[in-house]
Amino acid sequence: MIASRVEGRRAVASKVVWSVVGWLVVFIFFFPVLWMWLESLKTEPQAASSPPTILFAPTLAEFQEVLSGDFPPFFINSAVASIGSTLLVLILALPAAYALAIRPVGRTRDVLFFFISTRFLPFAASLVPLYLLARDLHLLDNIFALVLIYTTINLPLGVWLLRSFLLEIPNDLFEAARVDGAGFFRELTRIVVPLIAPGIAATSLICLIFSWNEFFYAVNFTSSVAATAPIFLVGFISGRGLFYAKLAAAATLASLPVLLAGWIAQKQLIRGLTMGAVK
Amino acid sequence: MTQIPFALTIYYSFFSWNLLKEGSFRFSGLDNYSRLLTDESIRTAIFNTVLLTLSVIAFSVVIGLGVAMLLNSEVFGKGLMRTLMIAPFLIMPTAGALIWKDTLLNPLFGLLPYLLTPFGLSRVDWVNQFPMVTVVAVEVWRWTPFMMLIILAGLQSQNLEILEAAKVDGANALQTFRRITLPLVRPFIELGALLGSLFVVQTFDSIFMLTYGGPGEDTTNLPFLLYLVAFQGFSIGQASAIGVVAVIITTIVATFALRTLFSIFQVEARR
Repeated sequence: MIASRVEGRRAVASKVVWSVVGWLVVFIFFFPVLWMWLESLKTEPQAASSPPTILFAPTLAEFQEVLSGDFPPFFINSAVASIGSTLLVLILALPAAYALAIRPVGRTRDVLFFFISTRFLPFAASLVPLYLLARDLHLLDNIFALVLIYTTINLPLGVWLLRSFLLEIPNDLFEAARVDGAGFFRELTRIVVPLIAPGIAATSLICLIFSWNEFFYAVNFTSSVAATAPIFLVGFISGRGLFYAKLAAAATLASLPVLLAGWIAQKQLIRGLTMGAVK
Repeated sequence: MTQIPFALTIYYSFFSWNLLKEGSFRFSGLDNYSRLLTDESIRTAIFNTVLLTLSVIAFSVVIGLGVAMLLNSEVFGKGLMRTLMIAPFLIMPTAGALIWKDTLLNPLFGLLPYLLTPFGLSRVDWVNQFPMVTVVAVEVWRWTPFMMLIILAGLQSQNLEILEAAKVDGANALQTFRRITLPLVRPFIELGALLGSLFVVQTFDSIFMLTYGGPGEDTTNLPFLLYLVAFQGFSIGQASAIGVVAVIITTIVATFALRTLFSIFQVEARR
């Protein structure tokens, strides 16, 4: 009795200690995000003060400033590029993944290997030819070029991920459907799509994260008309303590969609990031 | 669509071609490559790429393992901790880099120099005085959550009975960690490190925002050098040769990554 009570008290003590340590570490990692939010709610003099302002009356003035200024077109371009490319990836990857998972053709493993190897090819390998191609097709500073590029970047990942979800559907289901006389299209819409809804969510999330945050192609392929949200932030690069609050408000808005999507779909995040290897 | 451009990259790498000069396109054989061998910049860039990748992966794996173990033990508010912890990975890299540079590290108005004043480090200009340390720190901040997520998934798939048995057998915490936990999560650590390094090798955003490759060439890695050569110098042939070198380095890493991926899928299939 006494021994177990001592044991119990020790367990509580260790839980408290490890909780404190854990929260401290989490606080350090989360702090830059929190600080970004705090700065965005300050006035410019408060945001660039020395010593830093800790207590202040929050204001949404900088958010209004950013949203009523030149930021919205950049945000809309980001939305077009990432949603457009994500939809294209889903449309193209679903049939390919279906073929590789449910009706394997010869040399499936080689095809898979080829697919995924393209995802590992560094951007540096294809930047120059794609740039020349876009230039010759007059697609520079055109959002359509970014949609296509993001589609090709994310497509291998989409195929690989969706396949890993498709493999989990029991084969009996397909056989039953075929016995009932369901055609390929019916099979796809009635069985495959509903069953791999989590897979589609995971794929969309990962495509969205990569294309929304993408900077390398965006900075080289766009200048004004088709520039995306990260490009808007480049404008703050030479800021000398004058626009910190505005910078923080813009950074908060630019990060918001991916942050929210990632937080809502945490389960899908891990599986997507590891290309289906870790559940 | 991604393989054909690479073939073209190899093709261009044998030519001398300045985009700004009409008709400067001519075959130059291995000139671009021999220039790479003698060029100081490319050697610096390769060195910086390797240094950046290795240190970011090493730190983020170790810290990520620690945080994952904390989140896997009995603590208050696990779910919220995990949610807050993954935020640095989700924040737009360009936004994160700017927040670090201007509001946290700025020697005049930044929070960190202010907090470090009692330690005599108040006016340290981190971005200019310790550029590589700054880039590594920001990238570790970003990649630790990624490692943590993968390792945590590994820890959660652990068989609890083995751990209980170890405890009954009188194994202490360190022994349990070394003999049971570490071997079990090793495949997950490997996967995280390899996938992570494929991304970190390509680091561009934070270098562009934090240091623009400088001062001098102190933080210029291969992707950034390629950007400078292709879009500031307009030397298409030379840039292509750098691209080929980047691919060779990445391929070496990727081969190991793919092998790990396939072995995990095979273990799953056998279950």
